[in-house]
Amino acid sequence: MFINWLMEPLQYEFMQRGMIAAVLVGIVCAVIGTYVVLRGMAFFGDALAHTILPGIAIGYLITGGARDTLFWWALGTAVIASLGIGAISKQAEIKEDTAIGIIFAGMFALGIALISTVRSYAVDLSHFLFGDVLGVSTQSLWLIIVFGAIVLLTIAAFYKEFLTLSFDPILAATLRMPVNLLNNLLLSLIAVTVAVSLQTVGVALMVAMLVTPAATASLLTQRLPKMMMLSAFFAALSGVIGLYLSYYLSIASGAAIVLTATVFFLFAFLWKRMKSV
Amino acid sequence: MYPHINHQTDKPILDVREVSVRYNGRVALEDIKFHLHIGERIAVVGPNGAGKSTLFKVVSGVLQPNVGEVTISGSQPTVHSCIAYIPQRSQVDWNFPVSVADVVMMGRSAKLGLLNWPKKRDWDFVNHALETVEIGNLSKRQISQLSGGQQQRMFIARALAQEAELMLMDEPLTGLDTPAQEGLLNLLDTLREQKVTVMVATHDLEQAAKHFDRIMLLNKKIVAFGNAAEVLHSDNLLHAYGGRFRTVEGKDGLVTVDDSCCDEGEHDHVH
Repeated sequence: MFINWLMEPLQYEFMQRGMIAAVLVGIVCAVIGTYVVLRGMAFFGDALAHTILPGIAIGYLITGGARDTLFWWALGTAVIASLGIGAISKQAEIKEDTAIGIIFAGMFALGIALISTVRSYAVDLSHFLFGDVLGVSTQSLWLIIVFGAIVLLTIAAFYKEFLTLSFDPILAATLRMPVNLLNNLLLSLIAVTVAVSLQTVGVALMVAMLVTPAATASLLTQRLPKMMMLSAFFAALSGVIGLYLSYYLSIASGAAIVLTATVFFLFAFLWKRMKSV
Repeated sequence: MYPHINHQTDKPILDVREVSVRYNGRVALEDIKFHLHIGERIAVVGPNGAGKSTLFKVVSGVLQPNVGEVTISGSQPTVHSCIAYIPQRSQVDWNFPVSVADVVMMGRSAKLGLLNWPKKRDWDFVNHALETVEIGNLSKRQISQLSGGQQQRMFIARALAQEAELMLMDEPLTGLDTPAQEGLLNLLDTLREQKVTVMVATHDLEQAAKHFDRIMLLNKKIVAFGNAAEVLHSDNLLHAYGGRFRTVEGKDGLVTVDDSCCDEGEHDHVH
């Protein structure tokens, strides 16, 4: 019975692809998300996701609505936007979060304005905003696999550098690590992750994939490698459970995934509270 | 990345020549010149905002001076990975998900080199450093579970793992109880045996006089630099601290200062 319940959605190829995409994207977001959480970059992640909308919009207008090339538009805009936001945070005239807020809202508005020039834009816009994991093509899946692997391998290769830089930037500097280069590399990895995640959860909910599983894991462990693994586990599980909820309850897939991750967080939070009483 | 450079043993471990630093036009350090020999132990004292942290940042090569030059055994600080900056405990995120051994292993990064993972030899090195500072039994603890004195020892172990030859300690004694302070000061003797040169920023003039070879009295400029008897007399202290101190004539003729500054602004919070 239960097996049938589980297997039924998987007879559809779009569900299989969606499931694989949700799990992979969840894992990539969750691992880099540990750094987003530890370094207090949640607002940056949210802003970055929103800032890429005009890039997607331009791609959308130029290609006349073709989905498969949008990844590249998203990737290019995300890398430029992340390095741009990183540079803004170094200026002193306006406070960092204010500057990011202005740019992110402005760019987001520009994106909506551009997309709205197309008649019957509402469906496509909602896909960009909230994701469309069930519409993932085989080609998109390959892009997710390749770029997700690049992100994970880079994090593994520079593990001790990112760890040291995040815990104690002055130590990183006295050990003569290239601090600026590593910071920009981390920003670029977050940008790639945002582009990879676009189809799963969309720009509006992306920050949840970056911070919620990582925050859940941070409540349950005090070692970084374990935090990364637990974060990835919760994110992957949220992807799977979210898609089943989406299938059986007919709710939007991105929202279902994020809600599942949020429920895991609430459980972890309550468990931690009860343990400490 | 991770440069390794040979030391010129005929040059001082630290040579600071006419260094000035300005932040946004405001003078933080002016015309600082001094040099240290291998194994020396220096206390840097002065009021809040005297530039102690700035001096450490310039010496460690994290901050470039506007004027002047710093050399470590004959070459620029930025080509050395043998300078350890031990942060104030209030500036550390103690909830970061790392164990004591993890933090000490961070100090190994430069010796490990790019793309290399720690091997058994490196973990042995880390454990040995923890034994040296007498917290070998705490290596698996999360860092927030340490006392203030143990946290300070962990950072010294990290500097040992880094194979640091010059250690800069920013207010290591602040916020510690007397036994922990004594323990830490004894540890400085161990460091001297290993020929480590140590600069300690402190508010405590009495300890500076008792436990250090030389004292640097700093207030943007070097007001005085020498042994306790030369440095700690009231003219100098008045010059450095202005009216913000109370002098107490000690039995050996030394003046000690009850500096009120630790209670405001720059003080430590243990999280």
